[in-house]
Amino acid sequence: MNEMNNRRLVTGVALAALLASERATAEPPRLTGHQVHDRAVNWAVIVDQLEYQDVESSSALKWNATAWVGGDIDRLWLRTEGERQQGNTHKAELQALWGHAIGPWWELVGGLRQDFKPASGQTWAAFGIQGTPLYGLELEATAYAGERQQRALRLEAAYTILLTNRWFLEPNLEANFYGRNDAGREQGAGLADSEVGLRLRYEISRGFAPYVGVSFERLHGNRASQAREDGEDLGQTRLVAGIRLRF
Amino acid sequence: MLRNPTRRTFVKGLGAATTLAGLGLWRPLAQASDGRELAGQHFELFIGQTPVNITGQPRTALTINDSLPGPLLRWREGDTVTLRVRNRLDQDTSIHWHGILLPANMDGVPGLSFAGIAPGGDYLYRFTLRQSGTYWYHSHSGLQEQAGVYGAIVIEPREPEPHAYQRDHVLLFSDWSDQAPEALLATLKKQSDAFNYHKRTLGDFVTDVADNGWRATVDERLAWARMRMSPTDLADISAASYTYLLNGQPPDGNFTCLFQPGETVRLRLINASAMTYFDFRIPGLALTVIAADGLPVTPVTVDELRIAVAETYDVLVTVGDLPAYTLFAQSLDRSGYARGTLARAKGLQAAVPAPDPRPVLSMADMGHGDMAAMDHSNMAGMDHGSMGSMQGHPASETGNPLVDMQTMAPRANLADPGIGLRDNGRRVLTYADLRSPYPDPDGREPSRDIELHLTGHMERFAWSFDGVKFSDAAPLRLAYGERVRITLVNDTMMTHPIHLHGMWSDLEDEHGRFLVRKHTVDIPPGSRRSYRVTADALGRWAYHCHLLYHMETGMFREVRVDE
Repeated sequence: MNEMNNRRLVTGVALAALLASERATAEPPRLTGHQVHDRAVNWAVIVDQLEYQDVESSSALKWNATAWVGGDIDRLWLRTEGERQQGNTHKAELQALWGHAIGPWWELVGGLRQDFKPASGQTWAAFGIQGTPLYGLELEATAYAGERQQRALRLEAAYTILLTNRWFLEPNLEANFYGRNDAGREQGAGLADSEVGLRLRYEISRGFAPYVGVSFERLHGNRASQAREDGEDLGQTRLVAGIRLRF
Repeated sequence: MLRNPTRRTFVKGLGAATTLAGLGLWRPLAQASDGRELAGQHFELFIGQTPVNITGQPRTALTINDSLPGPLLRWREGDTVTLRVRNRLDQDTSIHWHGILLPANMDGVPGLSFAGIAPGGDYLYRFTLRQSGTYWYHSHSGLQEQAGVYGAIVIEPREPEPHAYQRDHVLLFSDWSDQAPEALLATLKKQSDAFNYHKRTLGDFVTDVADNGWRATVDERLAWARMRMSPTDLADISAASYTYLLNGQPPDGNFTCLFQPGETVRLRLINASAMTYFDFRIPGLALTVIAADGLPVTPVTVDELRIAVAETYDVLVTVGDLPAYTLFAQSLDRSGYARGTLARAKGLQAAVPAPDPRPVLSMADMGHGDMAAMDHSNMAGMDHGSMGSMQGHPASETGNPLVDMQTMAPRANLADPGIGLRDNGRRVLTYADLRSPYPDPDGREPSRDIELHLTGHMERFAWSFDGVKFSDAAPLRLAYGERVRITLVNDTMMTHPIHLHGMWSDLEDEHGRFLVRKHTVDIPPGSRRSYRVTADALGRWAYHCHLLYHMETGMFREVRVDE
């Protein structure tokens, strides 16, 4: 260590009187502070399901997608799902929800849900919670208050199992509950319908993953009675093939 | 000033060496003996765009003087250097001189030191060198450092050092991605584990059940599931996107420096990566560490060392009789490596070792003692004494959605080689081995203690101190001349290299005894480490995690030293 270095090293012993020049260098004029990306607006689009379903001698196109835009705490969420069969869209909905993180793993969401089908559609107020109860497990529970005093509750869960770091097996569950019967909109009081699915995907990239799977759909209780009167099936097992996308 | 302007070489991309004429970057080697370097007291630098081809795909790097890395700057202690930095980009830029003591307005942090350098503009840096050793320089604007704006600094001492060596080479390590830095950050925000292709699978579960039994395996998996974390999460960005470079060369480029048998070679290791820790060794040769972060240390001989992002180490190696030795730097997550050769003649090479097995984090690595510590119902019965005292946490972490973990019983762990390096049969450098050859340069006891916790949320990829991101935080204020102790507690599962601008960080052991003077201090998960700072530099200074994307998402503070 030479003398200059030592002088610096022992500043504690002798903090010399400040030079005017050092004061001048310490306060450059009119600086607004450093900027980083910690308040940036980010976004993602996740198309979990975009698939053909094999439905008895015919086929259906089904989608289920989520998108978010916002910061680390508050985000705007969009959710859409629906189904087309034989050229007709017979189920379609869009939700726009404000999400606010209330803890590391849970977010409250609230907003609107618009059903376009079945029938002439329906508008709902939505309020719920979504989060990660365990690593790899995604959960959404959303309550809805709709027109004509209808109430509804939807539970959705999905879990990702890594067969390898490219092959993923994803079991998922969706269940819909309603407050009262509305046969025209395919709603029965209590647990009305459920879907249990199992999809095997291969991630060619993180954003592009073809998959095959099987989906078990079932109608329950009052909804099953409505369907029985209309001569519809109460349960269906569908083979599915589609792609999962992430932008 | 340009020592060897006629010796030039192509960047040789992976498998693309023959296709580069015409689109390759003319790249000088940042090497003391046969490459381009700039020496003297006045320097002309420009930041611009340069076409490069690292992986076989043509890309545009951001460079200093059209060079990746930028030219080696060779200064002399005691000199007053001036550096004019011109901006040929279409965005603001800056150069920060990492680890150099200088006036606040020369430190190169936009918004704190100066206004930055506007497109087409320039800035004249001028400062007197009060130190010697190995340092580096890089852009402090946005994500430019990832794109190539970095280079080495060697400051020759005024008085000779007590080491004899015949050759002197800079080994600058960095991580290159063909993806734009902004795209990497956007991906981390959308899916923070996107670059981890080494998570545990169903097959691993079956193997673990066979090895450890059903009960132990399920308990262990459940503990991690409750933390919502993966024990394989060792690096946010892996070789899935990165190519690791040594002096700008990918592994196949085989950067080579020369020796004669029996010579002692000084290697100046610099980790100029954005995100990658390297474990460096030269199979067959011992490394005698003589300096850390530019400053001398009492020599210590090891087989291997971990170099955190932004650290520098100087090592001496005495070369044996073999024709070539491999310079091997594997990434901490073992997804890849940077590599070069120490050879008697160009073209010679030695075997390249396979990367070590990928380590998996344990609960103990994160300061959770053992598995039982995770089960809060067992807390009352735990023997706290056996795992250190329970750690308190700042109120700002409580109920904070962006704090996904708190360590329970962290330790200094200074003698721990670190994850993936324990019991590997090699002598691995630890911070406990580092000793400045002088006593505490200040000598005063710290007048106050400042405890800061490193915090974050892996899934949301948000990082902070004490759960408060930079934009929401008030500056940390120090009084000019005071001596403080800063204690850092890692409340995350990642390791963080923490860098204070303008002032040294005097690392202590767990009993508060001075160990070594540094500019960047690695804080692994599950650790609590302290250092002393003498606030002898007036002004506004940056203080941050040197993982680029942690800094940019909030693990940053302004430190203000006022009279």
